[in-house]
Amino acid sequence: MSNIYARITRDGLWNNNIVFAQILGMCPTMAVTSTATNGLGMGLATTAVMVTSNMLISSIRHAVSEEVRIPVYIVIIATLVTLVDVSINAWAHDLYKVLGLYIALIVANCAVLGRAEAFAAKNPILPSGMDGLMMGLGFTFALTTIGAVREILGAGTLFADAHLLLGSAFSFMELKLIPDYKGFLLMILPPGGFLAVGFLIAAKRVIDRRRASVTEPVQVAVPSVSCH
Amino acid sequence: MNLEQLRGKLFYQGALLGGVALLTTAALALADKATSADIADAQARDMQQSLTQVLPGKFDNDLLKDTLVLNGPNGEVTVYRARREGRVEAVVFKVSGNGYAGPIDCMMGIDRNGHVTGVRVIKHKETPGLGDKIEPAKGHWIYEFEGKSLGDPPAEKWAVKKDGGVFDQFAGATITPRGVVKAVKGGLEFFDKQRAQLLDEAAPLREAFGRAHEGDKP
Repeated sequence: MSNIYARITRDGLWNNNIVFAQILGMCPTMAVTSTATNGLGMGLATTAVMVTSNMLISSIRHAVSEEVRIPVYIVIIATLVTLVDVSINAWAHDLYKVLGLYIALIVANCAVLGRAEAFAAKNPILPSGMDGLMMGLGFTFALTTIGAVREILGAGTLFADAHLLLGSAFSFMELKLIPDYKGFLLMILPPGGFLAVGFLIAAKRVIDRRRASVTEPVQVAVPSVSCH
Repeated sequence: MNLEQLRGKLFYQGALLGGVALLTTAALALADKATSADIADAQARDMQQSLTQVLPGKFDNDLLKDTLVLNGPNGEVTVYRARREGRVEAVVFKVSGNGYAGPIDCMMGIDRNGHVTGVRVIKHKETPGLGDKIEPAKGHWIYEFEGKSLGDPPAEKWAVKKDGGVFDQFAGATITPRGVVKAVKGGLEFFDKQRAQLLDEAAPLREAFGRAHEGDKP
């Protein structure tokens, strides 16, 4: 049993990482990763949606007919996203001013529907929740990394405005890495997102190949859902 | 009939979709009920904050409740009025200019003599790193307006330096400051035209807009 959870963890965080391996969810990825803080916030919000949507969908998987499953999943996911949206707006309004525009984008993140379809619809509740959690954390890791690369190169800072996301106790995370930095606009603008994602995916492939030459080859699962 | 057979039936699928839609809408309705008061509070706090920024100083009334809707330069505009001892000392309203990437919305405050008390950009989509110096967090440019009025500088000098005016532009971005300057000038002209009504002088009967607060003298 623990074997399953170990595999889910490895898949979610690294082997089958939503951004770096499945190349899904590019729309929110490009939109929010201009700073590491935004990436972190978007990742955590997506994780919350994925855990709950996976568990909900898994719990009703025997009752849902094959023919109408997609609209059922979409309605459930859209509802959860709206719940997250209004809760952040009401109880973390400063964060909402930063992320509000992007929360609705979680619906368009096909990775959420992808996990519902590929995992939650076929597995019991607990492993499904675990899958949502690990896929979400993998997504958070990817978004934060991309955001950090773009922020350091683009603005010379790291985790700027982190206190808006995590509270003032975390303002120590806000670093100014390069003093008197004039900024490198390209990395903040959309092309910088594509550049950062491209180089990071390449880096992951290199690491995987190195590891594969030491141990057994890594299986990269092909995503079953295609979208943008 | 067990679940296995039911799932293939059309009526079951319809009922399932309907049931799911009903449950999720119910959840959304509940969430709306639970959060709408907090959201309204937070938005009012935001508004209050931007009002205090463009209009420093203490006033007797709650600006959010002493409002007036007029036809402004960009359609209907809500004017917030600040009073001391019943007299309108200053007004705050929203103006909008055309930036490089869409409208730039600003809040601006004007005192009763027609001097700008402050301008803040509340919403814009200008290029990060170039046009966003209009935000106070990224530059001091927006403070240039404070104390200015329609006569100072003269009307033809209400422009960026590139157009022969007195306001700085940024390296690499002229359209953004040009849009803001034009919006602020438009706001001042609007104030000039509607002055009597804005300052509540034409109509001595004051509006009842919930102004019966403590500290309000009759």
